[in-house]
Amino acid sequence: MKHTLVALVENKPGVLNRVASLFRRRAFNIESIAVGHSEQPGLSRMTVVVNGDSARIEQVRKQLDKLINVVRVSDITAEDIVTRELALIKVKTTTATRSEVIQIVDIFRANIVDVAPDSLTVEVTGDENKLESLLELLRGFGVTEINRTGRIALTRGGTAQANRL
Amino acid sequence: MKKTGSQILCESLIKEGGEVFFGILGGALLPLYDTLPQYPQLRHILVRHEQGAAHAADGYARVTHKAGVCIATSGPGATNLVTGIANAYMDSSPIIAITGQVARPFIGKDAFQETDITGITLPITKHNYLVTDAAELARTVKEAFYIAQTGRPGPVLIDLPKDVQQEEVEFAELGEVDLPGYRFVSRGHSVQIKKAVGRINKAERPVIIAGRGIVISQAYNELKELAEKAQIPVVSTLLGISSFPGDHILNFGMIGMHGLAYANMAVQNADLIIATGMRFDDRATANTKQFAPQALIIHVDIDPAEIGKNIPVDIPIVGDAKNVLKAMNKQIERGEHLDWLTQLDQWRREHPLVESGQGDELLPGYVIHQIHEITQGDSIIVTGVGQHQMWAAQHFLYTRPNSLISSGGLGTMGFELPAAMGAKVGQPEETVWCIAGDGGFQMTVQELGTIAQEHLAVKIAIINNGYLGMVRQWQEFFYERRYVDTKLWNPDFVKIAEAYDIPGIKVKSREEVTPAIQKAMDYPGPFLIDFVVEPEENVYPMVQPGESLSRILERPKPEMASSR
Repeated sequence: MKHTLVALVENKPGVLNRVASLFRRRAFNIESIAVGHSEQPGLSRMTVVVNGDSARIEQVRKQLDKLINVVRVSDITAEDIVTRELALIKVKTTTATRSEVIQIVDIFRANIVDVAPDSLTVEVTGDENKLESLLELLRGFGVTEINRTGRIALTRGGTAQANRL
Repeated sequence: MKKTGSQILCESLIKEGGEVFFGILGGALLPLYDTLPQYPQLRHILVRHEQGAAHAADGYARVTHKAGVCIATSGPGATNLVTGIANAYMDSSPIIAITGQVARPFIGKDAFQETDITGITLPITKHNYLVTDAAELARTVKEAFYIAQTGRPGPVLIDLPKDVQQEEVEFAELGEVDLPGYRFVSRGHSVQIKKAVGRINKAERPVIIAGRGIVISQAYNELKELAEKAQIPVVSTLLGISSFPGDHILNFGMIGMHGLAYANMAVQNADLIIATGMRFDDRATANTKQFAPQALIIHVDIDPAEIGKNIPVDIPIVGDAKNVLKAMNKQIERGEHLDWLTQLDQWRREHPLVESGQGDELLPGYVIHQIHEITQGDSIIVTGVGQHQMWAAQHFLYTRPNSLISSGGLGTMGFELPAAMGAKVGQPEETVWCIAGDGGFQMTVQELGTIAQEHLAVKIAIINNGYLGMVRQWQEFFYERRYVDTKLWNPDFVKIAEAYDIPGIKVKSREEVTPAIQKAMDYPGPFLIDFVVEPEENVYPMVQPGESLSRILERPKPEMASSR
């Protein structure tokens, strides 16, 4: 099962390397990893999607928690969470197919961010299901390039992760 | 007041109690070493190889219960520390490794003697630092000592570029360590402790497994109180030896692959196990799926990541062994367990530790036994890895707390000599015996130079069987005696010692053993004895790899042994 771990980490050189090295060292597989600044200066928030059974994921979480630069880490899979991912998808188009692609993009409330004579670049945000569905439809036209951010997640409601133990 | 990075490092080491350090200088450390004469409180011990520096710091840390410091120059100096750092990491030993680094402008340019030591040591340190600003150095050193020595101890590395050592900055007093991402639980959860005590009080066949955590938290009295009050037998892991008196009626010895038969039988027949300060290493548990099949398992450890890592645990208690045992002792009921202890005593009588032979051969167990007799157990024993290590674990009666220093987790041959050196520096008043194998001894033999230069009165016993003995034993058992590359041509170890101005004796027969050990003890300085023992003596009992701890292979009876 896929688990979503969210970690608050110190924004110091090498922290991403420490996390990645730990995953490699303990033979855990990262599905995706996304990092960016958090609401607190000096701290970044990292969302890691890992595949494995609960015992294994608990071991991952504990090992991550041992890293000095990891301030807090939680497995939020079972919690009420909002997850999002952004993808940029470059699709082949011709004059014949362009409008059909645009229609599909509209249905998914995605955006077209670049237009060229023979391609469109689509920006889509949502959970993985939505991204996968759109991709599936666009593949028929010929997808030449995809870049995805990986999942980011927050729990719903008022409490910030840093304040929870 | 302005100070250089080197001065800040020296003053920080003094402040943190790291006055003694083992190392070798080099180009990237010249500014630091040039500063040393300004600080006569610091004692630098010049070793012969950086691996020796790390093991010496490790040995020093283990006998003093504070961080040991080692230091090496950039590049090869730093990489030579790696084995010692990994060893300290596996055995939770607090060492501070300081490495010189090329000057900041050269980092990343593959400069002469540049290596990415923070990258290399990432998975074998509790934490590491590359200091890029002398103003950060004092805080870094303070944090490093704090991290190394608290919680589950471990090595911390500080990589220090040459120009940072020379940089002059304002030196300000530091406040408290502020590490938002570093926490450890020292008091066990009271609900968990209560739950555990409830089950212990009801257990019929309880066993305590004592690990190195007892030694680290110095919970000797608490362990003894628990065992005596509730009448619970105590077994230990290799590194848990000397956490509970060896001559105590409740001590049933070491468990594991070469554990005593009755110790393993105790674990396999227990209905409750209190595993304290140990991590269910595969050498201790054998096949984990068949480990202690009837037992409810209580696991006390300060590292939450150890809980459930190798063995599913029924009642986990995260906390410092001393605190947790203390809290348990307040609630534990007096127990008897007469039937259980009678059973264990019977097993102890039926499965004694025996040596092979007719009595006139020079057997390693006898050598170890005689070292115990002559020292009366009043010695710190330091071993390497292999057969001699197991014999030292089995045949010496450890009655003093923390009297066995050995490489457990990493299994580092060559640990013994430099670690014994570090132990002697840490406890100069104590007798330190280095029990070495002839193979491992040659991996760090050059530290005889350090021992001679520093006049360290380490007593060295080489258990010389002319083989990489443990590997040979495996070849005998599992590869039909095909002894591929385990036979050693050895030099004359006594002559080697003499070349270092260290006296020595070669011992070939049983009757020479006692006088030789006595001579070593009477001599005021370092002394080496080369015990030329039976070449193909095996370590028994043995649980073969992959087998359950219940399948104990004991020494064949003499008539069977001779027919092999």
